[in-house]
Amino acid sequence: MMTDTVVHPAHLPLRHPRLPSFAPLLAAGIATAAAALIGLTLGWSIAGIAVVAAVLHLVGLTLWSRAVENARAATDRLVTSLVWVALAIALVPLVSLLWKVIAEGSSAIDAKFLTWSMRNVVGEPGGIYHAIIGTLLITAAATVISVPVGLLSAIYLVEYSADSRLAGWIRFLVDVMVGIPSIVAGLFAYALFSLIFGPGTQMGLGGGVALSLLMIPIVVRSAEEMLKLVPADLREASYALGVPKWRTIVKVVLPTAMAGIITGVTLAIARVIGETAPLLIICGGTDSVNFNLFHGQMASLPVFIYSSYTQPGSNPEILKTMAWGAALILIIIVMALNLIARLAGKFFAPKSGR
Amino acid sequence: MAKSIDISDLNIYYGDFLAVEGVSMTIPARSVTALIGPSGCGKSTFLRTLNRMHEVIPGARVEGKVIVDGQSLYDAAVDPVEVRRMVGMVFQRPNPFPTMSIYENVLAGLRLNNKKLSRSDADAVVERALRGANLWNEVKDRLNKPGMGLSGGQQQRLCIARAIAVEPQVLLMDEPCSALDPISTSAIEDLIHELKTEYTIVIVTHNMQQAARVSEDTAFFNLAGAGKPGRLIEMNPTKKIFSVPDEEATEAYISGRFG
Repeated sequence: MMTDTVVHPAHLPLRHPRLPSFAPLLAAGIATAAAALIGLTLGWSIAGIAVVAAVLHLVGLTLWSRAVENARAATDRLVTSLVWVALAIALVPLVSLLWKVIAEGSSAIDAKFLTWSMRNVVGEPGGIYHAIIGTLLITAAATVISVPVGLLSAIYLVEYSADSRLAGWIRFLVDVMVGIPSIVAGLFAYALFSLIFGPGTQMGLGGGVALSLLMIPIVVRSAEEMLKLVPADLREASYALGVPKWRTIVKVVLPTAMAGIITGVTLAIARVIGETAPLLIICGGTDSVNFNLFHGQMASLPVFIYSSYTQPGSNPEILKTMAWGAALILIIIVMALNLIARLAGKFFAPKSGR
Repeated sequence: MAKSIDISDLNIYYGDFLAVEGVSMTIPARSVTALIGPSGCGKSTFLRTLNRMHEVIPGARVEGKVIVDGQSLYDAAVDPVEVRRMVGMVFQRPNPFPTMSIYENVLAGLRLNNKKLSRSDADAVVERALRGANLWNEVKDRLNKPGMGLSGGQQQRLCIARAIAVEPQVLLMDEPCSALDPISTSAIEDLIHELKTEYTIVIVTHNMQQAARVSEDTAFFNLAGAGKPGRLIEMNPTKKIFSVPDEEATEAYISGRFG
């Protein structure tokens, strides 16, 4: 006989046994120890031991949880562990890259390395001062060109275009620009400067132009996203106070989005500061310090690294060590830029006041 | 300084869609006029045409006349920016500027328009506006803290202070209490009572007790059905609307027999 009364259990089980909070760590430790024991006796490589340890940890913790807790908790443990393993795998290339660069490059870095150029240096360690100056100047030129163009384009797209057909085309072309190979940007700048200043012209500014072609789309896209995040409420509040549109954008919208815009610009800089191919074409390479963006070849860190490896000269070991040192300096510059951007972002971020 | 508003044959559009049709009314100076009616009947849309905020939305446009102080707001020669300086607005959700302190928020209307103020003048404006908005005693010791750190009711009063700091002729309020608790609501209603001696106030509200409490005149908007334009059904002194309205639809809405 069918009955449609709902039977309420007398006792609702809200409590069930839980693994201790250190269980995942304990499982990981045991799995690693077991894998190391087996691996060392059978003579596996570190990679093999790590893979076996990860599998042991995943299986062991899940089964343990299933035995003590319940099926849902076991699934939770399994997926959490998978996420951690994925994070570890993602960190492997980053950490090993940093490790390799620091190990190979740190021995090259001293006061002379940072303050000398390679002018008239043959067969002995010189310095990369000329390349640091070149990289900083060229990247600064690219930033000075890209930020106004990119930011104003983003402002047009978000505030003025009203999603017209023109805006659709601009968005499409910006997306196409993201995909331009950097060597093509270099060739374009080379051709442009040859047209204006005569064939074969190489100068730092050309590098700035080439890099800005790569930077502008990134700046446009990130600034556009940030401006879109500014609530329409704030714009209306400003209009309702009788503030003109342009002043609303300058004084209300941009400050509110400033933190994100700075982050976007920094990412764009980090993206282009390591570009080699376009600078090889339009800036060339030199052993001398050149402060003039508008005249003569200009060295840069990526081009220095490339040429040190391809044309090591009479004493290859010295130049190879210097190339690693230059790579380390390049990474440090990018990191410093990111740190500065974070601080600036924190400084400009809207304050909650709680 | 407060001005009355004459509206005649106002049609309000979003693109091709006629949202509000044929509104004619006179909003008296130094008094509170409440706009009531069901959701979607165009009260807020109508309110936003009174300071040309309606046209901020792409495709939105207006036909007809809105006359303040003898000038038609929708004349070709009229600058909407100037209109908004004369007709201030408080929104449904409090929207202080997140990058600014309480002090800067109050001064935003002046500072954003690049008005040069001496420190003492600025202090005086801030104190007067905050006292006017009944907020001074609560925030006078933390004027340099961010405006976003205040409670919802305080933020709304900060927005009112910001609106009255530019000394408008008319103050529009779009459901200013709908996001607030009863205590903050009561504070803002007290404030409206004080403000009406100096300003012409138009308030949109869903709360009929509130309309009865704060307003001298009430306008009832209604719409014939979904997709039809909203219309002004009747406008009368609040006492009359809530006791013996001219129209049956008003009576039905107010007594809850609507729909």
